[in-house]
Amino acid sequence: MQDSLQSSYRQLEQKSKYTNIFLRWFLYLVLILFASYFIFPLYVMIVTSLKTMEEIRQGTLLTWPSALNFDSWAVAWGGRGYGAGDTFLKPYFWNSIKMVVPAVFFSTFIGAMAGYVLTKWRFKGDKWVFLFLLFGCFIPYQAILLPMARTLGVLGISNSVIGLVLVHTVYGIPFTTLFFRNFYVSIPTELVKAARIDGAGFFKIFFKILLPISAPIIVVTVIWQFTQIWNDFLFGSTFSFGEAAPIQVALNNMVLSSTSVKEYNVDMASAIIAGIPTLIVYVLAGKYFIRGLTSGAVKG
Amino acid sequence: MFKWLEKNLPKIVMAPAVGLIGWFVYGFVLWTLYISFTNSKILPKYELWGFGQYEKLWASRKWLIAVDNLLIFTVLFLVFCIVIGIILAIFLDQKIRSEGLLRTIYLYPMALSFIVTGTAWKWILNPTLGIQKLFIDWGFENFTFDWLVNREMAIYTIVIAGVWQSAGFVMALFLAGLRSVEDEIVKAAKIDGAGIFTVYWKILLPMMRPVFFTSFVILVHISIKSYDLIVALTQGGPGISTTMPALYMTQTAFHKSQVGLSAASAMMMFMAVAAVIIPYLYSELRRENAR
Repeated sequence: MQDSLQSSYRQLEQKSKYTNIFLRWFLYLVLILFASYFIFPLYVMIVTSLKTMEEIRQGTLLTWPSALNFDSWAVAWGGRGYGAGDTFLKPYFWNSIKMVVPAVFFSTFIGAMAGYVLTKWRFKGDKWVFLFLLFGCFIPYQAILLPMARTLGVLGISNSVIGLVLVHTVYGIPFTTLFFRNFYVSIPTELVKAARIDGAGFFKIFFKILLPISAPIIVVTVIWQFTQIWNDFLFGSTFSFGEAAPIQVALNNMVLSSTSVKEYNVDMASAIIAGIPTLIVYVLAGKYFIRGLTSGAVKG
Repeated sequence: MFKWLEKNLPKIVMAPAVGLIGWFVYGFVLWTLYISFTNSKILPKYELWGFGQYEKLWASRKWLIAVDNLLIFTVLFLVFCIVIGIILAIFLDQKIRSEGLLRTIYLYPMALSFIVTGTAWKWILNPTLGIQKLFIDWGFENFTFDWLVNREMAIYTIVIAGVWQSAGFVMALFLAGLRSVEDEIVKAAKIDGAGIFTVYWKILLPMMRPVFFTSFVILVHISIKSYDLIVALTQGGPGISTTMPALYMTQTAFHKSQVGLSAASAMMMFMAVAAVIIPYLYSELRRENAR
């Protein structure tokens, strides 16, 4: 009796072991299938950029290039050198750098200060001020495009990198404020109070106490802002054209303005060049990128 | 004077942020609202004209197509992103080997711009050399895949690319949510004899209600604003079959120079977003106050 019970129990255990193994395999299968779905476009982009047009016409999306051929990368970056009508990414890449660096710096700085005040120097109605700023994260930018275009015109900075710096700084502030505010909220106010009793002033407390411990949130904010601004197309395409355009606009123009034969390899090389800076940041600092993504959303 | 300055320093430091947002967000939205009630064409006019632009907007076939597309896109985008996101999050939560690598793969599209990914998808989906050729080469000789140039189906190509870009994001939200649940709850349920499916279906997923809510809000928000992806993939075509409100707005404003009409469409978008966001902010704020 005892024996048979034990053996049936063992049978059951054995059975569940088999179902478990089966489930594990199923699990990995599904995960790998999805992984290939996600990796597929990147793979296609890379191999296509390395093929010649002849190879592209003969093979399929998946076929491996016959040789590592970086010609289309060179064309995408530096053009063919026949002057007018030869669009290539190099100048626009630098436009984007010139736009991103100051815009990230200013928006991060303003957001840090705002977050500091909203948590450590609280005043009456500060919650409403926060809400007032927060709503700016969500407005559809179509509702501000028309007046912004006019304002940039009045200021004489339409179709310029400076104009785009202003636009990105302003519309980044709600996000940067949100990040810093949520970070500083978790830092004990006692620290600040003690420093105040010791006679430290507003700026001293910020620079000596808060800033040194803010490294993680600065990284999160800078990465978030960098990715957003680098990848922006709406503002870039609305407020700039021609030589002042940022890289995403240039990429789109290049891909659309195929005059005679569509050169998919050059298109793909251009797309990779336009995507590589944010991709590198993502691979190197994915943890911070995800933190920005989820805290920008969850707490928003 | 110095005392006053010192006392009000925090507010003075706050002023640039509040001032800039007040002017560039609220002021500008109000300006757009005002212009939507005028008969502005190329240049803004300031005499009020009533609801004429809104009547024109809702009588426009192109706008109705745009709204239709937005509804189709939003529903499919939501369903697929959330279903795929949940499946990936639950599966990744099973102490998977090389979880970090898989997570990185699922989420990298979020680091790329819609123009970059739209360019890639346009190439993949193109009817001559793209997926269609791949399947024909694999032996499916009559395989056709021309959604990108098919009026009826082109909108679904935008769904494919949009889901690909954003599903990983939902996965990240749900994974974070699942990880924040106490182990004890799961253990207790297992001791009571609940299988792994029951644990997720009956206990964990219902606990994820706030994550569902957040994903819903963010995804709806993304879809109302979607613009770049359409520009890169179809430019609203073939014909006007994949127009969406954001594209309608910029085209009306900057190509057709109908400033009043485009302002009206922008305000419709604004109201749609506000209808989703304001309850969300309200509930978030209440949760924070309760803490």
